[in-house]
Amino acid sequence: MSTVAVPREAPHHAGVHAAPTSFIRKYVFSLDHKVIGKQYLFYALFMLVIGGLLATLVRYQLAWPGRPLPFMGKIAPDGMPGGVMLPEYYNSLFTMHATIMIFFAIMPILIGAFGNFVVPIQIGARDMAFPKLNMMSFWVAVPAAVVIIWSFFVTGGAAAGGWTSYAPLSAIQPRGQTLWLISLLILGLSSLLTAVNFLTTIINMRAPGMTFFRMPLTTWALFITALLLLLALPVLSAALIMLLFDRTLGTTFFLPAGLIVSGQPWTNAGGGQVLLWQHLFWFFGHPEVYIMILPAMGITSEILPVFARKPIFGYRAMAYSMCGIAGLGFIVWGHHMFQSGMNPILGTTFMISTMVIAVPSAIKTFNWLGTLWGGDIHFATPMLHALTFVAMFVIGGLSGVFMASTPVDIFIHDTYFIVGHIHYVLFGGSLFGAFAGLYFWYPKMFGRLMNERWGRIHWFLTFVTFNLVFFPMHFLGMRGMPRRIYDYTQYKHLHGLQGMNQMMTISLFVLGASQLILVLNFFLSMRRGAVAGPNPWHANTLEWQTASPPPHENFTGRIPTVYRGPYEYSVPGHGADFLPQNEPGGPAPARAHA
Amino acid sequence: MRLPHAARALRAALLFSAAALAPASAFAWPEWMRLPEQASTYAPEIDNMFHLIMWITGVIFVIVELLLVFFLWKYRHREGRVATYTHGNNRLEVIWTILPALICVMLALLSRRIWEQIKEKMPHDAVEVHVTGEQFAWNFRYPGPDGKFETADDILTLNQLHFPVGKPVIVTLTSKDVIHSFFLPEFRVKQDAVPGMKTRIWFQGNRVGQWEIACAELCGLGHFRMKGFVTVDTPADYEKWLADQAAQQAADAPKAAEAPAPPAAAPVAAPGKTEAEKGGSS
Ligand SMILES: [Cu+2]
Ligand SMILES: [Cu+2]
Repeated sequence: MSTVAVPREAPHHAGVHAAPTSFIRKYVFSLDHKVIGKQYLFYALFMLVIGGLLATLVRYQLAWPGRPLPFMGKIAPDGMPGGVMLPEYYNSLFTMHATIMIFFAIMPILIGAFGNFVVPIQIGARDMAFPKLNMMSFWVAVPAAVVIIWSFFVTGGAAAGGWTSYAPLSAIQPRGQTLWLISLLILGLSSLLTAVNFLTTIINMRAPGMTFFRMPLTTWALFITALLLLLALPVLSAALIMLLFDRTLGTTFFLPAGLIVSGQPWTNAGGGQVLLWQHLFWFFGHPEVYIMILPAMGITSEILPVFARKPIFGYRAMAYSMCGIAGLGFIVWGHHMFQSGMNPILGTTFMISTMVIAVPSAIKTFNWLGTLWGGDIHFATPMLHALTFVAMFVIGGLSGVFMASTPVDIFIHDTYFIVGHIHYVLFGGSLFGAFAGLYFWYPKMFGRLMNERWGRIHWFLTFVTFNLVFFPMHFLGMRGMPRRIYDYTQYKHLHGLQGMNQMMTISLFVLGASQLILVLNFFLSMRRGAVAGPNPWHANTLEWQTASPPPHENFTGRIPTVYRGPYEYSVPGHGADFLPQNEPGGPAPARAHA
Repeated sequence: MRLPHAARALRAALLFSAAALAPASAFAWPEWMRLPEQASTYAPEIDNMFHLIMWITGVIFVIVELLLVFFLWKYRHREGRVATYTHGNNRLEVIWTILPALICVMLALLSRRIWEQIKEKMPHDAVEVHVTGEQFAWNFRYPGPDGKFETADDILTLNQLHFPVGKPVIVTLTSKDVIHSFFLPEFRVKQDAVPGMKTRIWFQGNRVGQWEIACAELCGLGHFRMKGFVTVDTPADYEKWLADQAAQQAADAPKAAEAPAPPAAAPVAAPGKTEAEKGGSS
């Protein structure tokens, strides 16, 4: 503890700038990480609504295949003439649902919104290392969203090859696929800039005394996430460019010789490798899953100690397990390709690495339980969502063991079992984590608290309907219902499943409607919510030791000095049950970690 | 694969309990919670593995969720309650690192054995069929009387796969256009049919009957109706079916002689245009 550095103004404050006064510089082209974080928040919530609407259309078709939706006949006359959904439109819907949710909703809300807003304040910095780059990240992400939405309106409709866009189907799809590629290339650039910015900021701009092992776990999670982005995204971008060239310049990276499409030889084919796309895509795609879950894990690890009034259990184990995930995450991609024709011996190799990567997630889950054990647990809305994250992530994690087993995967691969699994990870996990973060940091972002009662109602309805929509997917998968299928009633063995599908769809309608409560709560609380004050949750981390919302450059006066770890709650001999990181003195410092 | 004695005993015990529990659960549970009928020789092995994982993860699931709810109830905030001040416990960390690791490694070893049997080793003396996927149909090719593929007497069928019960079948998969996936749910068979690649898989029917073949890899607008039929015949019925096909083909021969390739058999008319007509990006 005696090694705490003397308070100093870090010399790296190249990014520090005078508070802007004009509307444009303040709210539109802002360099302030807090404004950019809020911009990402609105961006992500908007895209979340679009992604959700696409999902309801998909589920409508699954519940009542072919039943017309007259108003959709007016909105999308090409895809749903007379309101009856065409198969290619159905394919566009689920492709775009996944693409938008993954790239335009979950990543921006977790990384762009919470990462941007929280990380610099949590480490005691005045802004990100490169504020202009940060602004550029956001404004590059905007045209990407415009292009992806625009693609619905071009001839042939939006991309319809699945969010995985397997070649050669993606090479022979209509024009929407080209826009899909361009959009993701642009968005990739945005994410890459963000990753560089986070890494530089976290490595160089921590406040005096903020050692790596005193960083809050949200910051740890975003640090690892940025590292994954930096290493995985270039591979995706390379693949996207190759596919774009195959579609537009006549190259044949993914097109083998002798392709015959609808009886005609495909013009540019020969020399390409179909599986190459899958290797490149999943080399990115598996780390991508962790890119979407790690920040939510960080948020959960942040919220549990605050509302259990107890230090996080196994802080270092939490940090190391994230490092473990980061390393192992790059050698498991082949588990998406067990049935692809890849050498089965390689399948065994990837199965073993995949089984091993389950271990860090298990460690984290047990440490969350350990954090709750012996706590003084308060059930505020952020806590309800964080606890739901834990409960649902357990399901998503355990269902992953099924498809990790190569022989079991033979049957459940490309069935609804996989769809159920990924939604327990990305909705039960990432999105509940995002909701937790939203309720938790909302008072910091807007200076007022969200309404607690409506927050609980929103949580309850979301929790119940979420499980009604997604848990039955495991049963659909066990019955052999393939994913991405426009009309499963074609198959004899799937005949009995329509009732279950209807129940799921109706639950989704309720789930969607429940989100209106969140929307109303979100906007009304900005004006009407109770004034939060700097530290409404009595939390220790630095973002709570400054005003809500924080002033320009985050801290008035000097940058705080950090004296201890982030989760010193209920320290014996200390009056209050929390002990902020920057509070000098206090009882004898805790041992680093058992 | 060689395992130490203890591991082998453990494996036997686990497989036994999985096998014992699986039928018990099958009787108690409604159909929509069960795996489909088992029509191939290795379907029970895959299902046992599925059920083993289901029991292991099910037990972990129940323990973790019960602990979670119990802790939330027991340690809920009440007036005067003070949280325990602890940063963790190294012995616990070691236990809950090693235990999941052991379970996962064990599951990997058990899976490996089944996987090897199914996908790495090919049986001898099998019926050979070549399968070519196309948007949106399955083409089957039998070697015909001469026993050789790509000769004039090959027997070609569309969406109809027949083979005899009790004899292994080796299927060589490929595709003309995009990736398809050859999915026989009741046989626990799934393998992608990839253009530019030939993938060999095997399976063996254990009962006579007719089931459906699904395409499990998104392959375009007609993906959902890329359906075929698989019929497992008695050996006699199978020979008869082959002979019937050969005879019918011979009757059609004058037409087919000029085009050795199987008739492209345009798939059922789709609403809208075909993929290629709408594509044309290059
Ligand atoms: Cu993966
Ligand atoms: Cu297909």
